[in-house]
Amino acid sequence: MKIFRNAPFWVFTVCIVISASCFLLALNILERKNEEKNMHHQVKKIGPLEDNPAIWGASFPLQYEGYLKNVDQDRTRYGGSEALKRIPTEGDPRVIVSQDKLKIDPRLVTMWAGYAFSKDFREERGHAFMLSDQIYTKRQKVGQPGTCINCHASTYKAMMLLGNGDLTQGFYKLNQMPYMEAAKQVKHPVSCIDCHDPENMKLRVTRPAFIEGIKSYKKFMGVDDYDVNKMASVSDMRVFVCAQCHVEYYFKGKDKVLTYPWSKGLTGDAILSYYNDINFKDWTHKLTGAEVIKAQHPEFETYSNGIHARSGVSCVDCHMPYKKVGAMKITDHQINSPMLKVNRACRTCHSIPEDELIERVNLIQDKHTEMKDIVFDALIAFIKKIEEAQGHPDIDKIRKYQRDAQFLLDYVEAENSVGFHAPQESARTLMQSLDYIREGEILLSK
Amino acid sequence: MLSIPIGFVISTFIYSKGYSYLSDAPEACGNCHIMNDHLYSYQKSSHHTGAVCNSCHTPSGFFGKYITKAINGWAHGYAFTTGDYAWPLQIKGFNKAITNKSCLKCHTGIIHTTRAVREFDCIHCHSDVGHLR
Repeated sequence: MKIFRNAPFWVFTVCIVISASCFLLALNILERKNEEKNMHHQVKKIGPLEDNPAIWGASFPLQYEGYLKNVDQDRTRYGGSEALKRIPTEGDPRVIVSQDKLKIDPRLVTMWAGYAFSKDFREERGHAFMLSDQIYTKRQKVGQPGTCINCHASTYKAMMLLGNGDLTQGFYKLNQMPYMEAAKQVKHPVSCIDCHDPENMKLRVTRPAFIEGIKSYKKFMGVDDYDVNKMASVSDMRVFVCAQCHVEYYFKGKDKVLTYPWSKGLTGDAILSYYNDINFKDWTHKLTGAEVIKAQHPEFETYSNGIHARSGVSCVDCHMPYKKVGAMKITDHQINSPMLKVNRACRTCHSIPEDELIERVNLIQDKHTEMKDIVFDALIAFIKKIEEAQGHPDIDKIRKYQRDAQFLLDYVEAENSVGFHAPQESARTLMQSLDYIREGEILLSK
Repeated sequence: MLSIPIGFVISTFIYSKGYSYLSDAPEACGNCHIMNDHLYSYQKSSHHTGAVCNSCHTPSGFFGKYITKAINGWAHGYAFTTGDYAWPLQIKGFNKAITNKSCLKCHTGIIHTTRAVREFDCIHCHSDVGHLR
């Protein structure tokens, strides 16, 4: 046969293939062995005020690679965002934005009537866009304070420079600036230095508003003089670095000091009671004249009331779960919905097939959305009725019911987990909102 | 000419500690780094004095044991070299069945009566006796 006549050729080829594959395999093994030995090597000294993530990325390329992926826009069942193309205009050079939530849910426009949010409110998207999306939102037309920049940029360096080395003083100065002036002090969206100490990479809180906020909450819980950077455990920090921004807040007084309203507890009604004690209002409702409050994104507060917090699971465990790269185990620095990485996010603890886990989450979020819609419809109907009953003798009391109901509904609506962080607590808050609407309507019909 | 590939095979075999895979030593399972966490938690588990990895993850009998080792060795080597695998690791049907049956190697007496009713999935509940996932 011909094949045997070519025997030397075939033996030669087989020998080459075997040698080459073994050689490549050995190289691969060598690479993995080295990875295990040298997990980290810092190639460049990182300065104490280094806010450029690329400099950190030189020493931590895998984490940096994940961080850069925060530009990705992915949709989940209820959350996430879509990358929509737009034609840049003179005041707004963005070519890609996320969907317009005011168009998706026009009830928001009624709820926020008379407030800047009713003019422009798009779906939130990744950390990478936090700075540009805030600079170019139409809400800027009413003139925002510098306080807003606290959570829309890497501000550590700016605050340290403004305060001549005193973080808190720099924080006060930043708050008092007009937004556009404050924006000139910063360069990057949230960056490595906002959560990590460049000296040793340990987690560190850099936002004075959180340092004060958590101190007031701990005092409420019976712990005096809580210093988060000294007293928090490693797993606490895996929550607190995120809670520097993913919280409910308000701007206190003339100096617009960013403040977290936690001294009465971390639930929607506790925070409402805090606001009622100090008679705080964000704006006067255009349709009803009620003095109302805008709720922000209380992820930390809501999560704190949920089963995962009680079980000691941190934000990072699900939103930045460990991943394997070769022989190394690293924290995923692409921060997004756990529904986009179910195996790593959930199955570390829940040994259940991925499809089933997704179904569980869908079940919670479907029911949550149904409940929220019921309350939201009731609130809008209530607002319309108040609008037509401006001459009612008890109008002030009715307006107060609107204020309370609206805040609690908005508190649940604005939270970014569609109920998942604490399903029952979110339902309880919605129930309270519905109860205020009910009481208000009784008064209206008298 | 054959000496060249044979040389490569032998040297790679030694360099990768290939011979350790023929043994019963739990440390061998940590060779390729991926299962280090499983190894560490096994060393602290309730079974570490009485069982090794092979006690639960290979069937009894010489042929069954080494055929299983060969199949998994190939599959794991392929998965790790290409990086194409799920993390946290997911045990699949073939290996899960072996592990479930292995409980009976020692615990037949205790569960004799319950097993008379139907086959049991022991590790559905006792999932952390050997190591955490």
